[in-house]
Amino acid sequence: MTQMDIVTEFKKKTSMVSSMVHEAQSIQDALEIAVSVCVKKSPAMMTNSSSETPHTGDSDSRISLMHGKTMAALDLDEDKLKILAKLCSDNNIDLITESLRNHGTGIDVGITTADYGIADTGTLVVSSDSEEKRLATMISEIHVALLLKSNIRPSALAMCEELELLTSKPSSYTAFITGPSRTADIERVLAIGVHGPLELHIILLDDIEK
Amino acid sequence: MGIDQTVEKKTEGGGEHINAYKKRINNALSNDFLRSAMDKFAIAYKESRKNAFADMDTGVDELIAEVAELKKNAVMKNSELLVQFRKKAEECGIQVHMAATADEANRIIADIAKNSGSRKIIKSKSMTAEETHLNHFLEKENLDVTETDLGEWIVQLRHEGPSHMVMPAIHLSRFQVADLFSDVTGKNQDAEIERLVKVARKELRSKFLEADMGITGANFVIADTGTIGIVTNEGNARLATTLPRVHVALAGIDKLLPSLKDALTVAKVLPRNATGQRLTSYVTWITGPSECKTTPSGKREMHIVLLDNGRSKIASDPDFAQILQCVRCGACANVCPVYRMVGGHQLGYIYIGAIGLITTYFFHGAENAKNIVQNCTNCGACKAVCAGGIDLPRLIKEVHTRIQDEDGHPLKSLMLAKVLKNRKLFHGLLRAASVAQKPVTGDTPYLRHLPMIFAKDHNFRRLPAIAKIPFRDRWESIKKEHQSAESIKAVAATSEKSDQKNQKNVKDNDKNIIRVGIFSGCVQDFVYPEQLEAGILAFSKYAQKDKKIILEFPMGQSCCGLPALSMGEKDAAKDVAIQNVNAFKGLKLDYIVTLCASCASHLKHAVPLLTGSILGKSATDFAEKVMPFSQFIYMTGGMDSLNAVDLQDSGNGQNMLKNIDRKKITWHSPCHLCRGIGIKDEPKEILGRTGHEFVKADEEETCCGFGGSFSVNFPAVSREILTRKLNDVEETGAEILVTECPGCVMQLRGGALNQNRSFKVVHLAEII
Repeated sequence: MTQMDIVTEFKKKTSMVSSMVHEAQSIQDALEIAVSVCVKKSPAMMTNSSSETPHTGDSDSRISLMHGKTMAALDLDEDKLKILAKLCSDNNIDLITESLRNHGTGIDVGITTADYGIADTGTLVVSSDSEEKRLATMISEIHVALLLKSNIRPSALAMCEELELLTSKPSSYTAFITGPSRTADIERVLAIGVHGPLELHIILLDDIEK
Repeated sequence: MGIDQTVEKKTEGGGEHINAYKKRINNALSNDFLRSAMDKFAIAYKESRKNAFADMDTGVDELIAEVAELKKNAVMKNSELLVQFRKKAEECGIQVHMAATADEANRIIADIAKNSGSRKIIKSKSMTAEETHLNHFLEKENLDVTETDLGEWIVQLRHEGPSHMVMPAIHLSRFQVADLFSDVTGKNQDAEIERLVKVARKELRSKFLEADMGITGANFVIADTGTIGIVTNEGNARLATTLPRVHVALAGIDKLLPSLKDALTVAKVLPRNATGQRLTSYVTWITGPSECKTTPSGKREMHIVLLDNGRSKIASDPDFAQILQCVRCGACANVCPVYRMVGGHQLGYIYIGAIGLITTYFFHGAENAKNIVQNCTNCGACKAVCAGGIDLPRLIKEVHTRIQDEDGHPLKSLMLAKVLKNRKLFHGLLRAASVAQKPVTGDTPYLRHLPMIFAKDHNFRRLPAIAKIPFRDRWESIKKEHQSAESIKAVAATSEKSDQKNQKNVKDNDKNIIRVGIFSGCVQDFVYPEQLEAGILAFSKYAQKDKKIILEFPMGQSCCGLPALSMGEKDAAKDVAIQNVNAFKGLKLDYIVTLCASCASHLKHAVPLLTGSILGKSATDFAEKVMPFSQFIYMTGGMDSLNAVDLQDSGNGQNMLKNIDRKKITWHSPCHLCRGIGIKDEPKEILGRTGHEFVKADEEETCCGFGGSFSVNFPAVSREILTRKLNDVEETGAEILVTECPGCVMQLRGGALNQNRSFKVVHLAEII
């Protein structure tokens, strides 16, 4: 299996679990895709579900009542953040990079990097030791993950040593993410977005020599 | 079912009365929603499981064997792993607590809450917490506990227990959930699943944000790194381990594994087997307290409570240690024909499905296990899918035996045991019954009027009468017939091979002689002797022409012992097993052929286990020779001659099928044939060459609901399983349903007759 085959398998399996895969040629390209996902998104669900206003007296809900959209970026380096900040301001999106806990009722889009992809199950491995990064992958209604193609492995067992490095660190918190949050608890009907993200977008960055 | 039923069930002293249990079963059977939900699930599950395993590099069975082996090793090394985990976890800053009992675990968790000043608790799904009745305990301590798994939250709000290990609310409809959510939110909620899920998202999100403490289970507890692994789809465990400032994980010590590699291997099977997913949406690996911005230290307070609750005792029990290989996937419920009819509240106490019938005895006592443990058809579907490779059906019977040994054996089961142990008495009674039944048979082959004590529940199928002359009394004449058939065959064979020089060698060469012992089993001996007679004719007809079959029927043989084992009479089963092994000893047989799939499976697998320690090698020699009818026909070269008979007239008078009345036929695979012995395709290949038109029925390997004493104890469930089966058969449009076990024939034929179905039911021997 070449790396290209592994990537193909990864793309196939991610689409089977309702993840959306995008290909980006550059960082600029990737971040533009992420922002366009946010632009196209309907406003935060928390304030709109069950056709009612959120609880009164809940201090966190004030934030989600604001009309502008919110995007959280947690682990991007300065250069990427600069590009993203520009794109966000151009599109009237609030960009937050910390204190996600204050946005507990919902963020529109959270963008993070993913450490690895696992092809045979269509899984992302996201080392999320920091609380902020963890929350970005949980409370955002859409999670956008950036993944280098070269970091996709055929299976979890095939990358056991790399995973052991991540998970054996004290205080580490490693997430395998395979598609958006889902449940089939009512009549076994699949419903997406019960607690975590309603959508998962994976932006593949091409760093493989062809 | 009523909202408070499970609560009532838990508090009842001495356990529920069997009649109350049967009443609950009847209620479940008449719950249309439950029935159709379970039925759809049973069918969909098989398909999605198959797909989930389809594209793997290793086969399902190999993978399961690998998981079983690594779990077995982990169970053996459990105390060592415990020490290792504790050391590692403590180095990472986890506070490790050992709980010997359920109460102790609950106490420890309540104390953690108190000491950390926690009042609001959110929980993600944990069967172990269900096992200890944790919520109940914490609520009594004035703690506010909210389940956050959608299904668990629903059943918590309804004050019920889960009805499936991974789909706790599978017994409820969207309408019931909408009513419930309308109550909870004080607003009318539409019965639209997508919206109901969003209601839960919103309601529970605020609970997450307010919570002081999060309680989770753990699917994996990894010794060499001090890591826990949690498998979820909804993502609630992630929020529960991220937002609150305290995290408590509760796990049974059976969740300990040596390394991440082991956990990843189990994770390959767990979701595929549980829900037919390649992987769940989330698998979370936590190694010690992670960052938490609301605490002064910047780290969460993390505890792990490791629960024994009888597990170390189980680990040292040679029979039951393997139940700790369970990975809690719930597949044993998914494929169980009884579960499909009655749902999880009726087929488990806290733990559901086949594994639940067993673990209830250990974790929740004989009083809660005594009824459910009998509600098993012994079809073996659970064993065939078990991710941990556990011999579930055998252990269910073993629990039944233990409970009876402790609580005393019921009269009917004691009588059966006593009678079975004494073959002459048993057979004498059957002969007497053959005469005594006349008033109820009216000389037809069926019991026309059932005696009053049976009548009401048992008339869902016509029960056959006992034959006037049992097989054993017909044996001498049958043997003569067989011998003459063999010599005709030999003449035909030699005339065909007249160009061969030494004709006598064909006849007497040892290689060409097959010595076969017939094991009749009680049903064919005393109820359906004609099936055996047909089978014996088929031996000569279909075996390769140069083979000579010599038959023996040792009169010392008795019941195979399966009915005794089914009723929890292990001693009687052992007794008859010894009688049977001894009856066939010294006859220099090549095979012991039986036309009863249940006998075959029992003789092959249970007899060596029951008698191995007493009889040693003769028990295994016996078991190795046992072979079901279809396998024997297939193996003795019968396939070629069947073909010949079918395709051309060989002109030697053997062409029984020349002027065949071509019918549409279908197949029901007896549980003990397809899963018990692993014979799946051979009978169908034989049928395919009979000249009849073969049509495959849906779910041909699903149980017919007979299950021996099961159908006597739970006639209503048996009836429903049977009806489902008959529907599948009718759907094919077949005129004849063929099977290979007299028990199945009894159930299916009686049911088809009673329900005026358009097909007849025959034993394989009767159609070939």
